[in-house]
Amino acid sequence: MLFDLEGVDYARAGTPVLRDFSAGLREGATCVAGPSGSGKSTLLRLLNRLADPAAGRVLYRGEDVRERDPLELRREVCLVPQLPALLEGTVADNLRFAAGLGDGEADVGRCLELAGLDESFADRDARRLSVGEQQRAMLARALAVEPRVLLLDEPTSALDAVARDAIEATLTDLRRRLGISLVLVTHDIEQARRLADWVVRVEEGRAVAAGAVGEHLGA
Amino acid sequence: MTSSIDVSLGEVAASLVLVALGVGLSFWRRADLERDIGIAVVRSIVQLTAIGYVIQAIFDEDSLALVFALIAVMVVFGAIQARQRARKVPGAFVPLLISLAVAGAATLGLVVALGIFEPEPRFLVPVGGMVVGNAMTAAAVALNRLGDEMHDRAREIEATLALGATATQAAAPSLRRSLRSGTIALVDSTKTTGLIFFPGTMVGMLIAGADPTDAVRLQLILLYSLLGSVSIAALLSTTLAYRNFFTPAQQLREPPEPGAGTAA
Repeated sequence: MLFDLEGVDYARAGTPVLRDFSAGLREGATCVAGPSGSGKSTLLRLLNRLADPAAGRVLYRGEDVRERDPLELRREVCLVPQLPALLEGTVADNLRFAAGLGDGEADVGRCLELAGLDESFADRDARRLSVGEQQRAMLARALAVEPRVLLLDEPTSALDAVARDAIEATLTDLRRRLGISLVLVTHDIEQARRLADWVVRVEEGRAVAAGAVGEHLGA
Repeated sequence: MTSSIDVSLGEVAASLVLVALGVGLSFWRRADLERDIGIAVVRSIVQLTAIGYVIQAIFDEDSLALVFALIAVMVVFGAIQARQRARKVPGAFVPLLISLAVAGAATLGLVVALGIFEPEPRFLVPVGGMVVGNAMTAAAVALNRLGDEMHDRAREIEATLALGATATQAAAPSLRRSLRSGTIALVDSTKTTGLIFFPGTMVGMLIAGADPTDAVRLQLILLYSLLGSVSIAALLSTTLAYRNFFTPAQQLREPPEPGAGTAA
């Protein structure tokens, strides 16, 4: 199992977000699906220790994430947030910054290509890109860290259908070419069906179902 | 460089005519500042009169211990006052206290060590007051900006943490902007000094009959001392305070709301 969550509780400002949450997320592509406000985004943040649960455990490949150095864990299990949040500077600056966190050097061209952007984006001002381009730049920046797992929070929620289809094709291609695992949060069941092998359904802070996409969502 | 001037209470009272003019304008334009102006006038009279007697007593005693005690009190009150402007920064008091104390000690220590001023109360008290006062303003502005930055840019900061950045790396852009905010006012006023405005010390000395060359030289010394102390205070306060926004596991204590903000 890629991740195991065992009896996880998490509250925000006193309001419970996850309650006795238990589920397994498999290698490959797992989709965490459920309605808005059900705790899906919070769940992702627990997986790479952007937050710690008040109770319960989060295991990554069988090891409690609290036993891991949080910085190393985040470079291995990299989260791409729902809304673009790039740093000031060019796209290449952002990629070099990310690669430098692990003392590496960014292969800017390759990361851009993997994220579906051509090399001309390297010198573009990151904050002047369209939302769809910023989403791709965020993806490219995460790839510069060379993660083993990508956590993607509603990666297409702000995009139109054309841009959404392009990002989905990029994610499918990434899995095939790099062999990295994806954990994808979405409220779009169709997207879960298109991208994932395994699905965990979340409602009101609890995992209510888990299984193969074909069994739970139909073909 | 020594000079003196007698100022009567009647002359002080006469200057209140200008305050009355301000109150009248506020009333006319319904700016609702009359009460605040009144409080400011009363507080300035009470506080300056009181500190005038305290300074007189310290000068009479000619005691360095009393000078340090006075500056220590200024540092504590300065930190309390600055904390009001830094409400969004958790645990701001200790960083403010340390930054004001270090800024004051370093600046006064250097001006004495370099032989610019004698270690005497008549130099250390006024210079110490200016240094701590300006350091307080700089630290308050810097931490106020830091609080806004950490709140408004929480998404960007957490997105950087999510890549495996340390808290220091994630907060670095916000720290730079906060430091700049804290120091830019004095830097700008130093750039325009003599062109757009005359600083207070120089004005006071000229009115008191000092030689303009002496007044300018003393003013330059004070401006440079203030630039140093303000830089120290802004840098130290932000450097010490930003850590309070993060847990030891390099997490934001107050993470952004899920989906908060708008896509750029």
